Amino acid sequence: MNTNSNINVTTIAVSKGRILDECLSLLAEMGVRVANEDLDGRKLVLPTNREDVRLLVIRATDVPTFVQYGAAELGVVGKDTLMEFTGDGIYEPVDLGIAKCRLMVAGVEGKMPENRRMRVATKYLHTTRRHFAAKGQQVELIKLYGSMELAPMMGLADCIVDLVASGDTLKANGLVPIEHVADISSRLIVNKAAMKIKSATLKPLIEKFRLTAKNP
Amino acid sequence: MSSEDRWLLPEGIEESLPDEAAWLEHYRRSLLDMFSTWGYELVITPLIEYLDSLLIGPSDDLDLQTFKLTDQLTGRMMGVRADMTSQVARIDAHMLKREAPTRFCYLGTVLHTRPSGRDLTRSPLQLGAELYGHAGVDSDVEVICLMLETLKLVGIENICLDLGHVGIYTSLMRQAGLNAEQQKSLQALLQQRALPEYEQFLSACSLEEEWQEILMALSDLSGNEGMLDSAKKVLQNTNSSVIENINYVEELSKRVMQRSPEIQIHFDFAALSGYRYQNGAVFAAYISGQGEQIARGGRYDAIGEVFGRSRPATGFSLDLKALAKISPHALQAIQGIFAPNDDDPQLHEKIMQLRAQGERVICELSGQSGDALSMQCNRILNKEKQQWIVKERK
Repeated sequence: MNTNSNINVTTIAVSKGRILDECLSLLAEMGVRVANEDLDGRKLVLPTNREDVRLLVIRATDVPTFVQYGAAELGVVGKDTLMEFTGDGIYEPVDLGIAKCRLMVAGVEGKMPENRRMRVATKYLHTTRRHFAAKGQQVELIKLYGSMELAPMMGLADCIVDLVASGDTLKANGLVPIEHVADISSRLIVNKAAMKIKSATLKPLIEKFRLTAKNP
Repeated sequence: MSSEDRWLLPEGIEESLPDEAAWLEHYRRSLLDMFSTWGYELVITPLIEYLDSLLIGPSDDLDLQTFKLTDQLTGRMMGVRADMTSQVARIDAHMLKREAPTRFCYLGTVLHTRPSGRDLTRSPLQLGAELYGHAGVDSDVEVICLMLETLKLVGIENICLDLGHVGIYTSLMRQAGLNAEQQKSLQALLQQRALPEYEQFLSACSLEEEWQEILMALSDLSGNEGMLDSAKKVLQNTNSSVIENINYVEELSKRVMQRSPEIQIHFDFAALSGYRYQNGAVFAAYISGQGEQIARGGRYDAIGEVFGRSRPATGFSLDLKALAKISPHALQAIQGIFAPNDDDPQLHEKIMQLRAQGERVICELSGQSGDALSMQCNRILNKEKQQWIVKERK
């Protein structure tokens, strides 16, 4: 094997925000800790107490891309992001059971159109198209990057497809959940080539994730 | 398009500048020469042909990857080759019709509708070799060794060889009683190793408990040599062909190891990613630092059936342009000889002599800008005592 000393360091790309927070406690249970002073939000590469494990903190949508090209061997990312990801080259073997929420269709009660094509605002274009196509319904999609809840209120769309945790944001904007699209939680993803070349290192680590994962 | 971006090439379409072009041409020659010493005959396949003969496998992926257009002469659909295997299959089955084992190699640009690979290319330079007319480990070993030799020739080391067998999971899924639609969905999940969804899908298929367990275990059948025994144990009560296939792969790995003990072997019986028409043993080469395979191949018996003759076949292919980017071998820039602008017949004769010896001689053009240095010449032709002599550039 290569004698490069970096070769045995495993890099885990983690989505910023809630997923990072919950992932850190999951890692702590596995005995992998990040020092508090490293968590100031500015560092993008976080060392851990294990010399052979480091974390990359990046945007959720970038996690599958980093793992696909082998810039990180492992990744932690929401199923919602994976459902939108069209690339190849990654495995998603473990449901970590963290950052749980639901992907839902939400709209204004009693105001859904019946005899015309529905306009749906979302940042999950593929998933939304698939969901409505599976029901035999053609919809117009409007891509938004945030504040989905505004769209029905301002007449931009009839309904939205977005992540719902408690439902409070929906309620505050006069929306109700209409349909369940998918249950979402974070997944451990693995680069396919790394899984083969470094299987001796990665398999035990993946197994540890599986055992520590918060599954029902 | 404004005049400022007129120079832009379409996404995933690239050109090779002199350095890369020289590398590609150098290794194109040495690789085809090496293939020839192994008995692989070069064939040149058409750039474009009717879609019916290009898309002969069950692969939707290849269909999607093929650029299509209408033949104005016949009204039939044509496709620009996205892969050369089916073309070579036609040559073997319909054109040559030899009985003895036949070895082919090919090299050419193929075109893809979608960018793929680390370089996000849509026009890989496909290099491949195929062996027709022999079923069994011998031919698979030969093709794998040729693939490893190819990678070695361009200086790639520390290869991880991934071995699998398409017959194992297809046979298991069929035996379990899954219909074609279910098999397709399950394969997609297996390809992603999306284990939570895979398990969910399996339990929704209402299979016998035993089969559910076996198919669940299939998703985990990857690893080093030690995995083979556990695979045989888990699958011992299934159709005997499954165990035979595992033994086949084991034998294959032993034979390859004998010849190339330096490589690392990984087994994966759930691997099917990127295999388009293969139906037997499959293999791929990986190296550290590349997120994807750098060469792959496998057995695709009976591929020529649609062309009227069914023969066993095995082969591999790779993208030579992708190798150019990861190969540690760089070519040394050629240093030329600069000849002054002079119509002395003796000078002309000397230049032709030098060229015949393989030297690069660049003639000065009257009124040109730039000197020997800027023309990559480290020597110049100088007239001394009525003789033209090659001298070091000062």
